[in-house]
Amino acid sequence: MSPPVPALTPEQKKELAAIRIVAPGKGILAADESTGSIAKRLSSVGAENTEENRRWYRQLLFTADKRVEPCIGGVILFHETMYQKADDGRPFPQVIRDKGALVGIKVDKGVVPLAGTNGETTTQGLDGLMERCAQYKKDGADFAKWRCVLKITAHTPTPLAVMENANVLARYASICQQVPNGIVPIVEPEILPDGDHDLKTCQYVTEKVLAAVYKALSDHHVYLEGTLLKPNMVTAGHACATKYSPEEIAMATVTALRRTVPPAVPGITFLSGGQSEEEASLNLNAINRCPLPRPWALTFSYGRALQASALKAWAGKKDNTKAAQEEFVKRALANSLACQGKYTPSGTAGAAASESLFVSNHAY
Amino acid sequence: MTHQHPALTAEQKKELSDIALRIVAPGKGILAADESVGSMAKRLNQIGVENTEENRRLYRQILFSADSRVKKCIGGVIFFHETMYQKADDGTPFVQMIKDKGIVVGIKVDKGVVPLAGTDGETTTQGLDGLWERCAQYKKDGADFAKWRCVLKISEHTPSALAIMENANVLARYASICQQNGIVPIVEPEILPDGDHDLKRCQYVTEKVLAAVYKALSDHHVYLEGTLLKPNMVTPGHSCPTKYSPEEIAMATVTALRRTVPPAVPGVTFLSGGQSEEEASINLNAINTCPLVRPWALTFSYGRALQASALSAWRGQRDNAEAATEEFVKRAEVMGVAREWSAKGWAGGDTE
Repeated sequence: MSPPVPALTPEQKKELAAIRIVAPGKGILAADESTGSIAKRLSSVGAENTEENRRWYRQLLFTADKRVEPCIGGVILFHETMYQKADDGRPFPQVIRDKGALVGIKVDKGVVPLAGTNGETTTQGLDGLMERCAQYKKDGADFAKWRCVLKITAHTPTPLAVMENANVLARYASICQQVPNGIVPIVEPEILPDGDHDLKTCQYVTEKVLAAVYKALSDHHVYLEGTLLKPNMVTAGHACATKYSPEEIAMATVTALRRTVPPAVPGITFLSGGQSEEEASLNLNAINRCPLPRPWALTFSYGRALQASALKAWAGKKDNTKAAQEEFVKRALANSLACQGKYTPSGTAGAAASESLFVSNHAY
Repeated sequence: MTHQHPALTAEQKKELSDIALRIVAPGKGILAADESVGSMAKRLNQIGVENTEENRRLYRQILFSADSRVKKCIGGVIFFHETMYQKADDGTPFVQMIKDKGIVVGIKVDKGVVPLAGTDGETTTQGLDGLWERCAQYKKDGADFAKWRCVLKISEHTPSALAIMENANVLARYASICQQNGIVPIVEPEILPDGDHDLKRCQYVTEKVLAAVYKALSDHHVYLEGTLLKPNMVTPGHSCPTKYSPEEIAMATVTALRRTVPPAVPGVTFLSGGQSEEEASINLNAINTCPLVRPWALTFSYGRALQASALSAWRGQRDNAEAATEEFVKRAEVMGVAREWSAKGWAGGDTE
């Protein structure tokens, strides 16, 4: 017999939105590529970067069949996309909500240099953010995303970069939560995989960065239960000579998070960075099979890792729409399994193989 | 920033983590028997007993003579320096008696609070000088964990930013030094219950203090898996007119911890502060039945709340020793049960 629990406070009701996005089996489709970013994607498949192409491409993703519904808890949009419509006249936010997912909006305005550093940056976008978020909320958004970027070299990230980026993330988060009826801020402190550093170094830096982020969130009175974290997985640098298994990556990642992310945070939605679709699913799966106990959901917020094949299959031709959607559905299903630790490379559920999933005696 | 010089080897980490897990193993908590000579004076005075070294020895002997029933409810005992080197009537060192019961020995290592100039009666805690050497010696003499108490108080303008920062920092320095010597540091940032503030205020302050503590531990490269936290429960001030139920106290406490204590920390061992034995076990029980998901053990590190009955049963008379020991054992068993309710629903390993 459980003791009486105090009634839900308004805050506790707010937290339900964050939990819905990371419900079991669900993750986020990051479809918020800016006009400049999407240009690169479109040109890589020989498609022209027109507004109609961008609309058609996103429609393709948002109108995939019902198989994606149990896989996608939220979709992050770029500003332009919030106000585009499907062929049937429904605004994209409505299309997304009709499929049972929440709508998110990228609200930062890109990175800017930090003077006196070795190419380090902070992120701008705080001006008028309250008003912009209030408007986005009216227009259908329930969560937002803000990306900060840090990089690992012999002398970076510097204390300034760590402190400044943590601070600006906390300001953004605080403002989001103040919007009438609230917008859930996804906090993204991405540590780039560029460089030749090893896994241990990335883990160390990730721990320091996340400790700073959560201290800043505390200082700024941010309600953790109404936030999500979008970090990098802990991986070696791209140019690192040593190769690590998904299990090693999983162990390093979950260890770093266990040391820094308070249990009040409902979910962690990994970015895929430069990972391939398959890599991103395998790593997410290993993370969810890691034997270390953890109190938050561990799922995906993937852009390229959900879209690469779909983009290629589409190649800018309307006739390829169905084939492209099929590719997207495949990755959505794969990642839905991965975030439950049930993914096998063939894509089918239920892993029979139960080999040792972590490197024993490895000092993390 | 990226220069990482690992503070501990893999072996050192494993040793620390194993010790911490043993202390907070299911059903177990800590007996805080580390009252300084000055604190013991107050306790003994209350039962009309003279504060002599022999009386202190006799009293601790009562506690440490508890039979094997305590094995399942006591994971660790915190000693004061003097007690580490005292023996039972039959010549068995107290440290030995405790270890023979499979209980981990701990040692209070701080040297008390000192004022922070320019504040409204706020303090920090001293004891860092020569702490390394002292820890090394205590480790040789049988201690595997340590305790250091910092104190903060709530009033209109306290705790101040300085008090929070300074106490968090000194706790982190202490923790770092302990770990270098194979000793698990229990980190105790006690926020006193003095005052008329309500539950919400205590929760707010507790969250701010703990956020600062964990940032400092991170900055000082402390290995969280080899530490324990000894916080206050979140309660209203003693003179607060509003009364709160154990469930409200539990919800406020677990919420504050969920917002600040990383999952890597193996256990949270509450101090009892001014609570009675009964209150302390009821609140601990409510905390463990609170439905919020949490990844650390939630148990006790009680002094008065485990000893009050034993102390008053003893009253300094040798003839009462057995009865007094029995009181202690009963209290310990009750606490073990209160701690044992573990809330379900946290994502453990590969089952979910």
